[in-house]
Amino acid sequence: MVTFGWPEAFFIVRAAGWTLLLTAVAFLIGGLMGGVLAILRLSRIKLLRRLAAGYILVIQSIPVLMVLFMSYYGLSLFGVELPPFFAASASLAIYVSAYLAEIWRGSIESVPFQQWEASASLAHSPAQTYRYVILPQAIRISLPPTVGFLVQLVKNTSIVSVVGFVELSRAGQLVNNATFQPFQIFTLVAAIYFAICFPLSRLSRHLEKVMNASRPH
Amino acid sequence: MPAVLIEDVHKSYGSLEVLKGVSLAVEPGQVVALIGRSGSGKSTLLRCINGLEAFQSGRIEVAGHAVDQDQKRLRELRKDVGIVFQSYNLFPHLTVGQNIMLSPRITKNVPQAEALALAKDVLAQVGLSDKFDSYPDNLSGGQQQRVAIARSLAMKPKVMLFDEVTSALDPELTGEVLLVMEKLARDGMTMLLVTHEMNFARTVANTTVFMHQGKIWESGSSAQLFAEPQTPELRNFVGAGRH
Ligand SMILES: Nc1ncnc2c1ncn2[C@@H]1O[C@H](COP(=O)(O)OP(=O)(O)O)[C@@H](O)[C@H]1O
Ligand SMILES: [Mg+2]
Repeated sequence: MVTFGWPEAFFIVRAAGWTLLLTAVAFLIGGLMGGVLAILRLSRIKLLRRLAAGYILVIQSIPVLMVLFMSYYGLSLFGVELPPFFAASASLAIYVSAYLAEIWRGSIESVPFQQWEASASLAHSPAQTYRYVILPQAIRISLPPTVGFLVQLVKNTSIVSVVGFVELSRAGQLVNNATFQPFQIFTLVAAIYFAICFPLSRLSRHLEKVMNASRPH
Repeated sequence: MPAVLIEDVHKSYGSLEVLKGVSLAVEPGQVVALIGRSGSGKSTLLRCINGLEAFQSGRIEVAGHAVDQDQKRLRELRKDVGIVFQSYNLFPHLTVGQNIMLSPRITKNVPQAEALALAKDVLAQVGLSDKFDSYPDNLSGGQQQRVAIARSLAMKPKVMLFDEVTSALDPELTGEVLLVMEKLARDGMTMLLVTHEMNFARTVANTTVFMHQGKIWESGSSAQLFAEPQTPELRNFVGAGRH
């Protein structure tokens, strides 16, 4: 029987790298999609607003796990075999996009409407208004909740183990299956999650304080 | 040709008719004050002139542009028509200098060096040369409003609209803003301003227009209008202001 030692610990730490990579890819792709969705959600065109709202509603109303199953097993029904990393990042990106879209829509909406009017009155186009006036303010407002959501994402990446992708949680399980030393192993796994999430939580808290301190009016 | 021509404009919000057939002409270089009770439609009229609000019928022409809801044409119009609001609405993430340079840069492709010179020039006009690198939050209300005026001036407008620009200010800060506007008027700017400062209307505006219930109730040369109000509503309004 194998005992829990350096090679096993190293295996777990390396899997944490996959957790980070998965988080980063899902966050970047989901963020891009979420940004577009947020703006569609606020579009002047009703159809676009409806479509974006519908997508967000559907994704927020089903567990990420189901999105993952659908993209992994569902597509394989049609003979499309997605590599686990791809299925995992795609599902997480879809999940991220719906949540970030809502966080960012809220941030955009919390920029006072007078800023839109002032910008339009200075002959700016809607795109220029977004780029130079609204988004710089909205991004500041959105930073604390966005970083807060990133913490949730890091932890939620653990669900992708169900399609056989070995990230931090799954690596812990695998090592435990071989060594039966769950306490040590999952303490290490938890400690790694903590080491990633704690600084992010602090950052989110800090940003919130900075924002509150510098909020005009 | 008048700088602002308003013909029989009707505007409703749902079933509430706010402008009930307003006609008004402002000649180039003229200063026209709009006075009247809260809710009489003064702001709505100004906002129709630069297309922030659509109106149902009638015609508005300003600085040679017909007002409609075509966004591209509205942008051309707004390059020639500045508006200053009660709540300043400076962009809080930009410095004073950046607030002023932004629009000439992005809407008229004015080169950076030229925009810089322009910004310094308009800031000097409003007496705030030393605030170029300040953020709006660090300025008093009066200073912010003067920056807002400078920001509009940097677009070299042919017509300026002012909507109660001193109403949010403490009395001791009102004067500095009115002074800037008076100087603008003397320099020949065409101005249409909503104000509660009756003294300012009487002494600076060539014409004063009294609005009541969505109509132009009474108008005329400022001196005469204040000295001999013709309608009981205006007498009442001016009288109430004296106490
Ligand atoms: N966006 C709006 N929606 C509905 N009603 C409005 C809106 N803006 C103004 N009104 C109404 O129109 C009338 C005229 O308002 P306004 O032009 O702001 O008057 P004033 O500037 O003279 O105080 C008021 O009765 C006001 O309640
Ligand atoms: Mg008003």
